[in-house]
Amino acid sequence: MSGRVRLDGRELRREFDRRTVFRDVAFSVAAGETLLVTGRNGSGKSTLVRIICGVLTPSAGSVALESGAGRAADPHMYAGLVAPYLQMFEEFSPMENLGLGAGLRGMPFDARRAAGLLERVGLSGRLHDPVRTFSSGMKQRVKYAFALLHDPPLLVLDEPTANLDEEGIALARSVMAEQRQRGILVVATNDLADVAAYERSVDLDASR
Amino acid sequence: MVLKITLGVLLTAVIVFGIGLPMSPHPQAWYELPVIPGLEEKARIIFFHVPTAWLSVIAFLTSMFYAIRYLRSRDLRNDIRSSAAAGLGLMFCILATLTGAVWAKFNWGSYWNWDPRETSIFVLLLIYGAYFSLRSAVEVQEKRATLSSAYSIIAAVTVPFFIFIMPRIMPGLHPGSKGDPEGAGPVIDFKMSPNMRVIFFASLIAFTLLFQWMFSLRVRAAEIEAHNQQRG
Amino acid sequence: MPPGKAPAGALLRSVRTVFLKDWRSELRTRYAVSALLMFVVTTIAIILFSLGSEGASSDALDGMLWVVIFFAAMSGLSRTFVMEEERGTTLTLQLAAPPAAVFFGKLLFNLVLVTGINAVTVLLYALFINGFVIRTVSIFAVTVALGSIALAAASTIIAAIIARANTRGTLYPVLSFPIMLPLLLSVIEATRKASEGAFFAEAGGEFQLLISYIVVVVVSSSMLFEYIWKD
Repeated sequence: MSGRVRLDGRELRREFDRRTVFRDVAFSVAAGETLLVTGRNGSGKSTLVRIICGVLTPSAGSVALESGAGRAADPHMYAGLVAPYLQMFEEFSPMENLGLGAGLRGMPFDARRAAGLLERVGLSGRLHDPVRTFSSGMKQRVKYAFALLHDPPLLVLDEPTANLDEEGIALARSVMAEQRQRGILVVATNDLADVAAYERSVDLDASR
Repeated sequence: MVLKITLGVLLTAVIVFGIGLPMSPHPQAWYELPVIPGLEEKARIIFFHVPTAWLSVIAFLTSMFYAIRYLRSRDLRNDIRSSAAAGLGLMFCILATLTGAVWAKFNWGSYWNWDPRETSIFVLLLIYGAYFSLRSAVEVQEKRATLSSAYSIIAAVTVPFFIFIMPRIMPGLHPGSKGDPEGAGPVIDFKMSPNMRVIFFASLIAFTLLFQWMFSLRVRAAEIEAHNQQRG
Repeated sequence: MPPGKAPAGALLRSVRTVFLKDWRSELRTRYAVSALLMFVVTTIAIILFSLGSEGASSDALDGMLWVVIFFAAMSGLSRTFVMEEERGTTLTLQLAAPPAAVFFGKLLFNLVLVTGINAVTVLLYALFINGFVIRTVSIFAVTVALGSIALAAASTIIAAIIARANTRGTLYPVLSFPIMLPLLLSVIEATRKASEGAFFAEAGGEFQLLISYIVVVVVSSSMLFEYIWKD
C-alpha cells in the first residue's frame, strides 16, 4: 500500500499579513523518492512544511497525498513530522508521549512496539522520565519516535540533524534511508550534508 | 448619483414630516397625525429610534453573512465587508441606545430600566465592543479575520435567544412586550394611522438606503487602503 | 499503515485521549484546581465582608452566586487551550488529532472542571452566606447542572478564540459575557424561583431555554472550531 503513494503539490501560494511568502510552488513526489526544500531563513520553509503536513491551509493551490485507494483525507494519519518548533508533551515521559501519539490519532497503543522504537532512538534508559528533564538532543530523539510510531507513508523532517550529536546524526540518516524504502521523505534544510540523495527539490528563494 | 439624490430627498421628507406635521386627537386632513394615548408628541421618535435599532440588527446580520463567506473562501475582501458592516452597526447601535434612553426618560421617567428590549440593545452594544476589542488584539490580518468572523457567528447564534425569548419570559416596558396593557403585537401594529405608517415605512426605507450607501463607501475606502498596503 | 479515513471508533478514542491528557496533566500539577478553589474561597469571603451584618435581599444573593460562578469560570476555563499555546504543543495537537476530537475532548474537560468547581461554590455559598435560601431543591439542582453544561459549552469556544489570538486573559470575560447573558439570566431567574419555593414545572421555561442554548452553542461551536483551530 505505502509503495504506491504520491505527494502532489500544485500552484501553492501562501500569504501572510497580505505579503506573499511564496507562490507557484509545485512538486510531485513518488514513493521511494525524497523532496528537498531549501531556502533562506524566513523564506517560508516551515510554512511549506506545515502545509504539506496538513496543519496550515494554503492561500491558493493544493497539496494531496494519493495512494492506490484514492486521495488520503486525514493528514494526522499519514504524516509524521520532526521539527525544532514541534514540541512534545513535556510533562509526560517518552512512553506516555508515544501513548498520546497513538491515542490522539485514534489508534490502539502497542506498548512493546513503542518501547522497541524508543530503544532504537537511543532512549532506553529514560523511558519513564518526564521529557522536560531531557537535553535538547534527547528531545529530538523523542520527536523521531513520536513521528515514526504510526508508520507514516509521508515523513517530513525540518532541520533533521538539529541538536544531535554524532550518534544522533547517524540515527537520522538511518531513519531517512528507511523512509525512502517505505514511502515519501521530505527534508527541509539548508545544510545539504543532511540529505544523502534527493530526486525532487523546491527552492523557496526562487518562489517569492 | 440618482440613488444619492433619492436618498437625500427621502430622508429630508421623513425628517420634515416626522417632526413638522401637527398631531390632533381626531385627524381629519391628510397631514394630521393621530395622538397615540400614552405617547402623544413623543411618538415622533418612532420615526428615528426604531429604524436605527432595526439597522443595528441588519448591520449585524450583514456582518455575520460576510463572516461566513470569509471562513469558506478565506478571501480577505469578505472580511473587509464584514468589518465595515460591523462598524456601521456599532454606530447605529449607539444611536439607537441614545434615542431609546431619551425616549425612556420622557416616557417612563428614567434613562434606563433593564426592560428586555433595552437589555437586548445593550447586549448588541457589548457584542460590537467585544468584536472590535478582539480585532484590535490580533495583528496578522488573516488570523484577525478568522477569529473575528468566528466570534461574530457565535454571537449571532446566541442573539436570537434574546430577541425572541427574553421579552416573552420577562415583562417589559416597551410597547408590544408581555404585560403591556395596550396590546401584544409589535410596535407598528397598533394605532398608527395610514399617513403615519407611510412616514414610518419611508423612514425605514430611507435609513436602509443610507446604510447601503455608507456601507459601499466604507468598503471601497477599505479596499483601496488594502490595495495600497499590498503594493508598498 | 494505509492512508485512509479513520473510522468513528477512532474519533472517540481521540476525544478520550485529549480529555485524559488534560486530566492527567492537571492531576500532576493541580494548578487549575487549586487556583480556582482559592478564587472561589476568596470571592465568597469578600462578599461576606462587604455584606457585613446588613445582609442583602434574597434576589440579590441569588444573582451574586452566579456572579461568583461566572468569574470562576473566566478564571479557569481558558487554561485548556492557553496552556497548549504557552507550551508550544498546539502544533502537536493539530498534527496528531482531528480538530473535532480536540474540541470535544477539551469541552469534556471544561465540563468536568466547571461542574466540580460549581459544586464546591454552591456548597460554600450555602454554608456561609446567610440569607441564601433554597426552598425547591429540585429546581436548583437542575439549574446548577444545566447551567454548568451551558457554561462549559460557551466558554470552550471562546477560550479557543482567545488562545489563538495570543492575547492576555482580560479579553476572555469581555468576549464571553455577551454570549453567556441568556444563560446567566435564565439561571438567575430559575434560582430565584427555587428560592421562592415555586413548583418544578414553573421553571420549565428557563430549562427549555438552557437546553436549546446548549444544543445550539455546542453544534455551532463544533462547526466553527475547525476554522479557528487550523490557520
